[in-house]
Amino acid sequence: MELALSIAIGLLIAAGTWLALRARTFDLVLGLTLLSYAVNLAIFAMGRLAPGKPPLVREGTAGALATHADPLPQALVLTAIVISFAMTALLLAIAVRSRAANRSDHVDGGGGDGA
Amino acid sequence: MSHLPVLPILLPLLAAAALVLAARAPIGLRRAIGIGATAAHLGLSLLLAAAAARGEVSVYLLGNWPAWAGIALMVDRLAALMLVLTGALALCAQLHAAGGADRRGAHFHALFQFQLMGLSGAFLTADLFNLFVFFEVLLISSYGLLLHGDGALRLKRSVHYVAFNLVASALFLLAVAVLYGTLGTLNMADLAAKIAQVPPADAALVRSGGLLLLVVFAAKAALLPLFLWLPGAYAAATAPVAALFAVMTKVGVYAVIRVHTLLFGHDAGPAADLAWPWLLPAGLATLALGALGALSATTLRRLVAWLVVVSAGTLFIAIGVAGEAALGAALYYLVHSTLAAAALFLLADRVRRARGEAGDSLRTVGATARRARLGLAFLLAATAVAALPPWSGFLAKALLLDAIAGHADAGWIWAVVLGSGLLVIVALARAGSHLFWREPATAPSPAQPARATEGFATSLLLAAIVALSVFAGPASDYTRATAAQLHAPATLLMQVQATVPIEREAPP
Repeated sequence: MELALSIAIGLLIAAGTWLALRARTFDLVLGLTLLSYAVNLAIFAMGRLAPGKPPLVREGTAGALATHADPLPQALVLTAIVISFAMTALLLAIAVRSRAANRSDHVDGGGGDGA
Repeated sequence: MSHLPVLPILLPLLAAAALVLAARAPIGLRRAIGIGATAAHLGLSLLLAAAAARGEVSVYLLGNWPAWAGIALMVDRLAALMLVLTGALALCAQLHAAGGADRRGAHFHALFQFQLMGLSGAFLTADLFNLFVFFEVLLISSYGLLLHGDGALRLKRSVHYVAFNLVASALFLLAVAVLYGTLGTLNMADLAAKIAQVPPADAALVRSGGLLLLVVFAAKAALLPLFLWLPGAYAAATAPVAALFAVMTKVGVYAVIRVHTLLFGHDAGPAADLAWPWLLPAGLATLALGALGALSATTLRRLVAWLVVVSAGTLFIAIGVAGEAALGAALYYLVHSTLAAAALFLLADRVRRARGEAGDSLRTVGATARRARLGLAFLLAATAVAALPPWSGFLAKALLLDAIAGHADAGWIWAVVLGSGLLVIVALARAGSHLFWREPATAPSPAQPARATEGFATSLLLAAIVALSVFAGPASDYTRATAAQLHAPATLLMQVQATVPIEREAPP
């Protein structure tokens, strides 16, 4: 399972990087989204993959990592997902406004670059 | 356990929340809330700095959780210094904005307070993931502030800035994941203890995590080759925002100092002294390119943005030398260069308004209105930022060169620092003679009226530089003691581990 997940993360990073380096804002947004998926999976995997183990301690069970999944990476992933979701929404809004104002969806596009 | 350390985060948060609700209130009320909150923030920072100057390290446990399970805040000399600098800078930037720049968006003051909250949190936290969260808080508000005033150019630069920072955030998370996966903790004190004893099998992972963090912080601090976003973004921002952003790059510098002395410092076993060999050459190249960029600038704001790069390069050279005296000089230079860059950003805006249609472009066109006043202020700020005597920049660079004298590559470093200093002086002299000196060839275009608070804000910043020069003795003593504290991380770590939650009696 580790191997499959590692390959999936690697593919997501590769695809995300390729898309993020393209010159259109829509590709850029998609690329950054894929990158954030890959990062979220990586954080989740860092808590070690363990099927069938709950992250919550119930009454009557010993709270040890042998019987339970590490809850902290799951909390971290939740924070990271919320933040990257908000950031993607913001970037989309800016990209749409920029396309309207600069008459182009090229990341450097529309008009001169005069400071 | 005093609640003082958490107040620099809570106060801007509450002020920002009130300002969001008051978005339609009269501008006077919003200014009063914003400036009042920033002034109170500065007062709190000074209280914390007074405690830190006595050598105290206060640790605050959020939610009364023990440090290893919850999130701890730590106030040492470095954090207190950065808080005071941020508070002073934010107050001046806000006074400038109160001249009228804040009318161009309803949420300017709210975003400004959120930015202040993010900056304070980043300086105070002693937890790696929490540092990420506060980075995001300050970045989200900086996106909003960069867009303040609207316009096609700002939108285009914002796309670059946001995309670049999103990639940096993804790398930050990967680094955090790698460190948590190998060490099982994110508290900085715990991390430092575990990194020192990491088994050889995991050493490579820990080192790669540390270097990933270095890349992220270098991206925030505009270190070569990651600084290309900076001149465009800073030159496009409105003046008060650009002045506040002068401290944003210093967050990256702060994070490098904090993480790479505390976690990957001299005592870190297999991951010891990870960053320094990379920082020295990158800092030298950044400094040289920044000085060339300053020469190539066609507007005053772009010139000042390049000077921010120059200051980052100088700082990274001093940090890369990895000596206690050099770090002390670097911290003194950090305070000085941040104040000087902010003063120049505010001044550039006043020059732009005084020149009518010519704006701040470095060409000789019509006469600059209010030439004597602006010219004198520019002379003071320019000599300060170019490290000419008698200002604090000269003292900082003299301390720095003196601290480097014993280094193996001292010849190279001296040559680059002094040579780029000369280029910066040429660039500033050229700008000054275009703007203030030459006789105009054409009839002047009408200037926009001056604004009272803007002049006051610039004067405050310039007065701070003069004060930093007059009280150079106490100030450099403080930064030297800060460097000594950073070079003995064991005492900081002990303080974090020794702080235990307060036991309360269970209610009956």
